[in-house]
Amino acid sequence: MSNHLPAGAGNGGGGGRAGDSGLRYPSNGKTIYHRPLNRTKTAELSKAAFAYLFAEMVSYAQRRVTGIQELEKRLNLQGHPIGLKLLDLLLFREPPRTQLRPLNIIALLHFIKINVWTHLFGRQADRLEKSSNPDTPDEFMIIDNEPLVNAYISVPKEMSQLNCAAFAAGIIEGVCDGAGFPARVTAHTVGDTGGGGSNNGSGGTGADGGRGEGGEMWPGRTVFLVKFQPEVLEREALIGAKS
Amino acid sequence: MSYYFAIIGTQDNPLFEYEFGTSKQGGDGMARFTEQARQLNQFIIHSSLDIVEEVQWTNGQMYLKLVDRFFTSYISCFLTASNIKFLLLHQPPSSSSSSALPHPSSSASSSTPSLVSSSHHPPSSTSVIPSLSTLTGGSNSSTSTLTGGTSRTSTSIAANPTSPQTEEAIRNFFAEVYENYVKAIMSPFYRTNMEIRSPVFRARVAAAGRKYL
Repeated sequence: MSNHLPAGAGNGGGGGRAGDSGLRYPSNGKTIYHRPLNRTKTAELSKAAFAYLFAEMVSYAQRRVTGIQELEKRLNLQGHPIGLKLLDLLLFREPPRTQLRPLNIIALLHFIKINVWTHLFGRQADRLEKSSNPDTPDEFMIIDNEPLVNAYISVPKEMSQLNCAAFAAGIIEGVCDGAGFPARVTAHTVGDTGGGGSNNGSGGTGADGGRGEGGEMWPGRTVFLVKFQPEVLEREALIGAKS
Repeated sequence: MSYYFAIIGTQDNPLFEYEFGTSKQGGDGMARFTEQARQLNQFIIHSSLDIVEEVQWTNGQMYLKLVDRFFTSYISCFLTASNIKFLLLHQPPSSSSSSALPHPSSSASSSTPSLVSSSHHPPSSTSVIPSLSTLTGGSNSSTSTLTGGTSRTSTSIAANPTSPQTEEAIRNFFAEVYENYVKAIMSPFYRTNMEIRSPVFRARVAAAGRKYL
């Protein structure tokens, strides 16, 4: 408006207010840059609206797929860009003192467990575990007893393999990829009897007590298996050796 | 003082670039790079990416401060969580101020490698002459180089690229750009490593540059 005249000539910066780029502005003149990034603590979205949208997303993803694997992959892809963006947004919202980029796997997983989960689901993830199997030191588990995304999803018997939390897994994968820790994240239901104990021999030795009953108490318990690429562990070892 | 600011994506691809000059101390906010230097700037920024990648795993801060130096160009870096690099090349006005000085300094600067003279700023002994000759050709920028060189003083943040004040000014600049960058990526149509074309974003970066540098 008023800065049409003075700044417009200067090295292409101030120009382009209107017209020449063909860009259209909202009628109130407020673009995405005029809106604050910080929100109040209580700003939450309706769970019903989310459930409705998510159900639509699942059925959309289901439309042209051949198998459960592919459906989960699609849900994963839907979540991935969200994770990439959340990483920057949530770190931006941190107070400046703790505005640190995650440099190692533990810091990253803590960030996911606490910040990402709190932002998305209003609470922290229930548990964080490292695979105790010596053959797979690259596997970590984020455990959620009742994932919000699955709250209103009922999976038919013949698709019992399916876990729609693949969407949340995609978000986690996006956060990991964005931070420079390329990983493959999958969601597995372990609430069924038998599934929890034998799967991957998961869990530290100390945690076994509560684990057995977990299956009955939390039928929807979901494990997000984070499998990092080998180069991540290689770098982790190098950094660890240096410091 | 001239600045060249670039946002580099995760694949070492440029997302945004912007050239500007200082607005402090009576500066008019115009960059004073020669045509050669403007092209070289991109190479300098690109080569400093290697150093950024070395530093990034030893320091969790986003603002990595001064990471690289190429003759008279200083490169400061800010690294976002998703590995997008903000690089600011700043060149203190030494070339223009030394041209205002008498010859002893010019003989000292001629002892530096010839790459400097060929690439960055013309050696001070000769710089006056071509700019005068282009002055007759009616080039607007070279006249302002001469006047700008005399009006600036050495106390400006621009003159001391390594001083804490400069570091702080650049930190503030980066912080403001970062906020706008995060807003830019919040657009549901934006995907990682896409070029940022928004004129609003450009205007915001320009405003941050005017405000702090």
